[in-house]
Amino acid sequence: MSEEVKAPKKEKIPRQKMPEQDSQVRRRNFDEVPLGYTPELAMKEAERCIQCKDPRCVQGCPVEIDIPGFIKFIKEGDFEAAIRRLWEKNSLPAVCGRVCPQEIQCEGLCILGKKDEPVAIGNLERFAADYQRLHGRDILPPKAEPTGKKVAVVGSGPAGLTVAGDLILKGHEVTIFEALHAPGGVLIYGIPEFRLPKEIVAHECRYLERLGVKIEVNAVIGRSETVDELLERFDAVFLGVGAGLPMFLNIPGEHYIGVYSANEYLTRSNLMRAYDFPNYDTPLVRGKNVATFGGGNVAMDAARTALRMGAEHSYIIYRRSHAEMPARAAEIHHAEEEGVEFLFLTNPVRFLGNEDGYLTGVECLRMELGEPDASGRRRPVPIPGSEFLVEIDTAVIAIGSGANPLLTKSTPGLALNKWGYIIADPKTGKTMKPRVWAGGDIVTGAATVILAMGAGRLASNSIHDFLTYGW
Amino acid sequence: MFEIVEREEMAQGTIISNWVRAPKIAQKAKPGQFVILRANETGERIPLTMADTDPERGLINVIYAVVGKSTALFKTLKVGDSYLDVIGPLGQPTHLEKVGKVVCVGGGTGIAVLHPITRGLKQLGNHVIAIIGARTKDLLILEDKMRAASHELHICTDDGTYGHKGFVTDVLKKVLTENKDIGLAVCIGPVPMMKFCSQMTKEFGVKTLVSLNPIMLDGTGMCGCCRVQVGGRMQFACVDGPEFDGHAVDFDELTLRLRSYLPEEKLSYDRFKASLGQGCSCKS
Repeated sequence: MSEEVKAPKKEKIPRQKMPEQDSQVRRRNFDEVPLGYTPELAMKEAERCIQCKDPRCVQGCPVEIDIPGFIKFIKEGDFEAAIRRLWEKNSLPAVCGRVCPQEIQCEGLCILGKKDEPVAIGNLERFAADYQRLHGRDILPPKAEPTGKKVAVVGSGPAGLTVAGDLILKGHEVTIFEALHAPGGVLIYGIPEFRLPKEIVAHECRYLERLGVKIEVNAVIGRSETVDELLERFDAVFLGVGAGLPMFLNIPGEHYIGVYSANEYLTRSNLMRAYDFPNYDTPLVRGKNVATFGGGNVAMDAARTALRMGAEHSYIIYRRSHAEMPARAAEIHHAEEEGVEFLFLTNPVRFLGNEDGYLTGVECLRMELGEPDASGRRRPVPIPGSEFLVEIDTAVIAIGSGANPLLTKSTPGLALNKWGYIIADPKTGKTMKPRVWAGGDIVTGAATVILAMGAGRLASNSIHDFLTYGW
Repeated sequence: MFEIVEREEMAQGTIISNWVRAPKIAQKAKPGQFVILRANETGERIPLTMADTDPERGLINVIYAVVGKSTALFKTLKVGDSYLDVIGPLGQPTHLEKVGKVVCVGGGTGIAVLHPITRGLKQLGNHVIAIIGARTKDLLILEDKMRAASHELHICTDDGTYGHKGFVTDVLKKVLTENKDIGLAVCIGPVPMMKFCSQMTKEFGVKTLVSLNPIMLDGTGMCGCCRVQVGGRMQFACVDGPEFDGHAVDFDELTLRLRSYLPEEKLSYDRFKASLGQGCSCKS
C-alpha cells in the first residue's frame, strides 16, 4: 500500500469533561454536582469511540450493555436510538450513568485508556437517559406477548428494579413490594440528592410502571405478608431486600444525641428530606463539627451531606490510610474539593457527651499500618498512648451494613450463611427454597448498585427460564 | 390512602382515637404490634402501637396524645380524610400466655396499648388486676373498656379528682403486697411510670413487660434510631421490641434519647400552631 492513499490523520479529541457546579458553591446546596453533557459535548465525546469489533468495555459491564452500539447512535445524533439500545439491557440508565464505578468496569477496560483517557461511557449513558427524559418522545421498548405468569419482587432497590424491568419486557406480570413509602431502595434513601436526584429515581420507577410493573409501597414482606404467602399468589419470588442492618462501632457513648448510623443520617436527609426542615417535618441535627467514620462511598455521601447541612468542619475519620479507602476515586475527589477534612490512621475509642446527653467529642487513637490482613490490606495497629480528642457534636457511623433478619427469619427453607446473608447460586440467583431467587446486598453483603443490578439480571434470566421451560 | 372511618376526641381533645381502613394490616395485626403513619407528603413517619383491630371491617384503631406538630396535624384529619401511608404490622406481638394471676398497669395513652393485652390475658384465663392512672379525672381514658378486660380495676389520679390520689406505683405496691401469687406485670405508659413500676416489681421479683416508644424512622431495623440498651445489649425497639423485660431496660438512656430533637420539635410545633391561627376556618 502506498503512502498517499493513507487517510489524513484525524485530530485527536480529548475526553470531554462534564461541566460541574463549582465546589465552593455546591458544598452548601443539594443540587446535583455534575451538570450533564450538552448534545454537542456528547456527540463530540461519542466520536472518540473507535467502535472496536470485539469491545472490551462490554465485558466490564455487569449487565452487558451494547456500549459501542449506543455510543454510535449518539455520535450520529440519533439519541432515541441510543436510549432504545440502552433499554435493551438496562432499565436504569440515568442511575447507572451517575453511580456506576465505570473506572473499574467499562471504562477501565476501554482500549483508549491504554495510552490516553478512556471514552466517558458513564457520562454518555447519563446523557442519553437525561435527553430522553427531558426532550424525548413518549416511547417504550417493545414487550413480549403476555405469558400469564406472575412474579413478586421484594425490594425496589437496584436489584429488584432490574428484575422487574427485565421480566415485564418478557411478558410476565410483575409486582414489586417495597417496605418504605417510596420506591427505589438505596437509590432513594441512601444516595444523596446531589449525587442522584430523587426525581430521576422516581422517573425510572414511573417508566417501569408505564411498562406495566405494579409497585406496592408500605409492604413489609416478613411482617405484612410472608414469602410463603407470596408463593401462593405468584409463580416466582425474587428477594432483593438489601443488607439494611446498621453496624455500630460498639464503643462507649453511642447513645448520645447526635450519634447516627449512616442509614439513619442519610435516610433522614434523603428520603425524609430533613435538609429542608421545617418545610418537611423530619428533623436532623445540624452539626457544626461532624465526624463520619468509615472510608467508603456511604461515608463520602454522609460527610458531604454534613457540609450541605451547614457544618463548619466535616471530618472523615478512617483507621487506615488514603490508599486503602474503598470509596470511588471520584467521590473522594469531590469530598476533598468541597473541604471534607480527612483524619487517616485514626480510630475512635469512645464518644463523650455533656450532662444533657448531647455529643461533645470523640476520643481517638492514632494507628500505624502493620502486616496485610485477610482482605490483603495492611492491618491498622493502634499506637499506645496516642489518644487525642476531636471536638464534634455529630457523628455518623458509616462502617458498613449487616444482613437485616426481618425477612429471612420469617422465611423457612431459605439457607443463610454465618453472617445471615441468603445463600444463592452466583450464576442464577436460585436460593435453596423452591421458586425463590435472591440477589444484591442480601446475598453478597453491602456492595454497589451495578453489582446488585448484575445479580438481578442473572436472576431474571433464570426466572424467565423457569417460567418458560420449568427449570 | 388509608381512610379514617371513625374519630373520637378523648381527654378534652388532648387524646384522639382513629379507626382507620387498613384491611391487610387488620388481618395480620396482633396485640403489642405497631404501625407507622404519615399524614402527607412532607410529614414525619410516626410509630403508634395499635389499640385494637377489627379484621372483619378491615379497620385498625390508633389512639394518640397530641404532643407536637405531627400529632397536631393528625388531629386535623376528620372522618373521611385519609393518612397517606400506614405501614405494618411492625414489631413483635406480645407473648400472651396463661400464668395465673397478672397485673396490668397503664398510664396516659399507654392505657390504649395496654387494653388489647389486658383483654388477651383475661381471655386466656388469667385473673387480671388492672391499674390505670392519669394526671386528673378528665384525662383518664378507656375506663369502661379496661373494666371489661379485667377482673379488678384500680384507678388513680395525681390530683385525687378520681379514684386513689397518687401514682399508679402506690397502688401497684399494695396489689403486689396483697397478691403474692402474681406471675406477670405488664406496665405501659410514660417512661418514668414504666421505670418506677419496673423498679417496684423487681423488688417483688415479678417478671415485667414494658412497651417502649423511642424515636423511630423506618421501623424495619434499618436505621438503628430506636436503639435501646436492654440487659447491656443494644436492641432495636422496632424489630426486637417494642416490648422488653422492664427489669433489664436502661430507662435513663431512653429518656435521654427521646429528647434528641426538643428544639426542632418546638420550632416545628410553634410554626404549625401559627399557621393554624392564620388559616382559621372559623367564619365568624
